[in-house]
Amino acid sequence: MASDVYGQLVHTSLGRQVVTGLGLPNPATLRRYEPGDPLLPGAAVVGGLGTAPLADRVGGLLRRLGIEVLDKAPDEGRIAAVVADLTEVEEPADLETLRALVGPALRRLGPSGRVVVLGRPPETASSWAQAAARRALEGVTRSVGKELRDGATATLVLVAGGLVAGGLVTGGISAERTIGGDPTVGDLVTDDGDDDGGADGDGDPVEAILRFLLSGRSAFVDGQVVRVGARSVSRPADWSAPLAGRVAVVTGAARGIGAAVTRVLARDGATVVAVDVPGAGDALARMANEVRGSALQVDVTSPDAGARIVEHARTRHGGLDVVVHNAGITRDKLLANMDPDRWGSVVDVNLGAILRMNEAILDEGGLRPGGHVVLVASIAGIAGNRGQTNYAASKAGVIGLVGAMAADEGLRARGITVNAVAPGFIETEMTARMPLATREAGRRLSSLAQGGLPRDVAETVAWLSQDANAAVTGAVVRVCGQSLLGA
Amino acid sequence: MGAAPRRAAILGGNRIPFARQNGAYADASEEDMLTAALDGLVARFGLAGERLGEVVAGAVVKHSRDLNLTRESVLGSALAATTPAYDVSQACATGLEATVLVANKIALGQVESGVAGGVDSASDAPITVSEDLRRILLTASRARSAGERMRALLGLRPRQLVPAVPRNAEPRTGLSMGEHMAITAARWGITREAQDELALASHRSLAAAYDRGFFDDLMTPYLGLTRDENLRTDTSLERLAALRPAFGRGEGATITAGTSTPLTDGASTVLLASDAWAAERGLPPLAYLVDAETAAVDYVHGDEGLLMAPAYAVPRLLSRAGLALEDFDLVEIHEAFAATVLATLKAWEDERFCVERLGLDGPFGTVDRSLLNVNGSSLAAGHPFAATGGRIVTSLAKMLHEKGPGSRGLVSICAAGGQGVVAILEGA
Repeated sequence: MASDVYGQLVHTSLGRQVVTGLGLPNPATLRRYEPGDPLLPGAAVVGGLGTAPLADRVGGLLRRLGIEVLDKAPDEGRIAAVVADLTEVEEPADLETLRALVGPALRRLGPSGRVVVLGRPPETASSWAQAAARRALEGVTRSVGKELRDGATATLVLVAGGLVAGGLVTGGISAERTIGGDPTVGDLVTDDGDDDGGADGDGDPVEAILRFLLSGRSAFVDGQVVRVGARSVSRPADWSAPLAGRVAVVTGAARGIGAAVTRVLARDGATVVAVDVPGAGDALARMANEVRGSALQVDVTSPDAGARIVEHARTRHGGLDVVVHNAGITRDKLLANMDPDRWGSVVDVNLGAILRMNEAILDEGGLRPGGHVVLVASIAGIAGNRGQTNYAASKAGVIGLVGAMAADEGLRARGITVNAVAPGFIETEMTARMPLATREAGRRLSSLAQGGLPRDVAETVAWLSQDANAAVTGAVVRVCGQSLLGA
Repeated sequence: MGAAPRRAAILGGNRIPFARQNGAYADASEEDMLTAALDGLVARFGLAGERLGEVVAGAVVKHSRDLNLTRESVLGSALAATTPAYDVSQACATGLEATVLVANKIALGQVESGVAGGVDSASDAPITVSEDLRRILLTASRARSAGERMRALLGLRPRQLVPAVPRNAEPRTGLSMGEHMAITAARWGITREAQDELALASHRSLAAAYDRGFFDDLMTPYLGLTRDENLRTDTSLERLAALRPAFGRGEGATITAGTSTPLTDGASTVLLASDAWAAERGLPPLAYLVDAETAAVDYVHGDEGLLMAPAYAVPRLLSRAGLALEDFDLVEIHEAFAATVLATLKAWEDERFCVERLGLDGPFGTVDRSLLNVNGSSLAAGHPFAATGGRIVTSLAKMLHEKGPGSRGLVSICAAGGQGVVAILEGA
């Protein structure tokens, strides 16, 4: 992997002077989750507009976890997060509450701080003024992400369904249902409130999202809009092992992002079936043994790949709860010079194989009801990338597939969620092969001014694999440090 | 009072691709290779951190420092460090004999699971000092004074400093294995053409097996190698016919480099268990090891060929099982040389041999050639001595599983010292 020399240089005293003097990007060391870490390293400011129903619940959660909760920015010292509940916003004038709460808090926000704004979906607004005000939250949040420094991030969470103190009303209020349609890229489109199969429980869908966003698990997720539906969710027995007892399959597990996903899913309690091509079998075996999972050497493009994966998971581990379609390749060439092999192999491995494997995986006896499918898209599938028409085709196709699968009545009835992560610039062998200028641009042209790590993508995949997060489906979550590309 | 013997199930296996001597594994030790083969097996069957009943393996050509080769490999692997292990050695039959030993303990209920294996490196060969130098050094080390030590060392001569490299020769005859084989081939009239055809079939069958992904769940790549380095997909009868004889003289010079196994590096492992242990882990048995037999021939004073012991072992084994050659769906005869296989087959069809030497009433029988070594054997894959047994047992178990429950397979492996180990597998 090409080391981020610039990223290391800025942490030397001379480097810091040069960077500050010239106004160059100044990448921070991000707070990344390690087992045992507190949700937040310091106090949180929590407040909102009107009765701020979600603020109460968030405050309660934080206090239970031993985190100090303040109702406004302190005059001195650092805070770790600010959570603003704007779910009751009715008109543009209400937005002043957001400024008054978050503005002063930003001046107190510590390294890798978190800004979380809670709102409601604009599509379900009851008036034009309310729709405008709701949508305004997105502009504020994305701009705050660009204003923040030192590894801090901002996220907007749009909550569908009815809100009552202590939890969301299952099924929601019909007027509050999200209007169906294609998922908006970069948004988390969630369940529309149908009371479908699987995942019955006493969990709070907002809790799983806040536990992700406030923690170091979301280090490289920045400037995004997250939508959470009103579907009831279960609560894990132990939040430090939210995937305990679950069986997860990860394709392309031998290296890069797939290896990181394998490690994080296992850390979160899952038994992992690590899948990769036979030619990568030695690295695959090391991964499987490291996480005490099992290795399955199979080419995802082979006709029986899906059946073999299901058979392996069922006979060895008793079933299948999570599938992460991560296997992917690049064969870059300008379209003008592209041959059928480069074109076909990328489209088939990255997209065609997923469709074929899904037949067996989603068939009777495959993925269990209430299971989770996570696909790996790419920022290239959103913004396009020179020399990657084949890759962008496959990854944009993945985004289309997520939307269609999430909307599928059969899968919804079985409570199966389908989401994707869209990695931005991630430090892997793949990006290490880029030309220097492209690589540096990829790293710096983002709010966090650095490349992400495979584990950042893995943390997001693991979150999308949780039963507690089942209210999120059809989402394409960018893990890009708020990259300027395609934003 | 012991419990009634149980069946030992073969659940699968793992090997690393076999490399030619001084090829891809030139710098790998036997411990490295055996550990890699074990780790691939552990990953395939999800056994990381588990304590197995026993790991039994060995190497034919072994460094003196590797006295605990298998246990050291286990300690370096992902298995629990509490998994016991021991080394065995029976020349080229080491891997099959290790399999029989593990199966027997499972059958007796002494262990529930175990791994049998083998490894050999022809590249990382132990080089020892000459016997004369060794004696001088030992005498010097026993010396009680500097003077005595000097006197011992003064006995040194330059030629004694030449190191001794392991030789592929029988200690009691001084003949290499190839020279022994040439004598047997001539005795049985095994033609050059028949040997070339068998070698070609071996390469073609192995290549076809790779092409259809047969080894996807039997092999884990190692040090950049994903296929057996010795496999030649482009060989032909013409090319084989053009090779010069390597062993034998005059008319009897029929054995070439193409019809002899090359010196090879590699390792293999087989996972065996009781039915209960397998069921607990959701691991379907591929086959059962039904019975095994070892024979030895007197190639020193008697007039039998060095590699002919399997010709004796198989009839004894089948007689005990009440089976004939025709009862087998698949037959695996280790291709030490193409002529080994052909001489064995010919002997079983020869009335005089079968009556006089095997004590049968007539010819033992004929092996249907379409059932013989159907996915290739050692001529194509290579032959890291102790690793060959594991390679054959695992591949055969998988093939029998594909054929279905009750299918039968025969394994036959000849070995230096005039020995041969053979076994019956039954598909599960």
